[in-house]
Amino acid sequence: MKELSLNILDVAENSVKAKASLTEISLTECNDTLTLVIKDNGCGMTQEILMGVTDPFYTTRTTRKVGLGIPLLKMSAEMTGGSFKIESVSITDDAVNHGTTVTAVFNKKHIDFTPLGDIVSTVVTLIQGHPDCDFLYKHTANDNEISLDTRELREVLEDVPLDSYEVIKWIEGNLKEQYLQSESI
Amino acid sequence: MKTLAELQAIRDKMKNKVVMREGVDDIRVVVGMATCGIAAGARPVLNAFVEGVNEAGLNDKVAVSQTGCIGLCQYEPIVEVHQNGEKVTYVHMTAEKAATVIEKHLKGGKVVAEFTAQNG
Repeated sequence: MKELSLNILDVAENSVKAKASLTEISLTECNDTLTLVIKDNGCGMTQEILMGVTDPFYTTRTTRKVGLGIPLLKMSAEMTGGSFKIESVSITDDAVNHGTTVTAVFNKKHIDFTPLGDIVSTVVTLIQGHPDCDFLYKHTANDNEISLDTRELREVLEDVPLDSYEVIKWIEGNLKEQYLQSESI
Repeated sequence: MKTLAELQAIRDKMKNKVVMREGVDDIRVVVGMATCGIAAGARPVLNAFVEGVNEAGLNDKVAVSQTGCIGLCQYEPIVEVHQNGEKVTYVHMTAEKAATVIEKHLKGGKVVAEFTAQNG
């Protein structure tokens, strides 16, 4: 993947597929590190399945036997001397508090750090493709915070779908403006 | 500034349109957005279709959606155009090729043969 934002798009799609009603994506920058957390309230995985997901030969897809989303993200983080962690509670073990959390820490100064790239496009693509799911996006660096919560937008929009073209353009514009206004992100 | 007030205005404007739109789509554009598609450049292709379809005034006729792995990863980014029960598969797509497909196929009704799976 050429951009970290593409890894994020790819891994967040897993949350949607796990029937998450809410997927939280957070990026936190602190000195030389960037921490990415993708947390969902989807169906989760049993410990047995969880053990296998960082293996490229594990996948839920039926079209072929290799899944690369999680291994690629793990590799991008570890390549920079960072770390990777995936935790999950299966709906079969806990009917209320289930879901999956992926945490990847990157060393931004490392030569192999993949630049974040067009993260606004990733957030917009997720919302456009899954207008019935909620997403909470947060990017913090120093004292600046950029955030977007589709639950708040939904309240304003009432029954107008989030994937209406005008709404998608508003979301894109809103995020771009937030990035322009914050000097340190 | 993209304020919530502006979003409210969009809502008011859209409310009437929502009812009219249902069941109108007769063309479906589907972009493969699994790991293989994303890594090959599907994100800008999808966005080119979302924007291009609107700019061409085709949003009442064409719905753009995303799907998982189509199973032909070496041909990604892949875009399928579904119409009247028939499917055209475009391979190795780019944002530029998307503009051509919108103009010639979605607007003009002619399949862009050189971008299809048979020729791509």
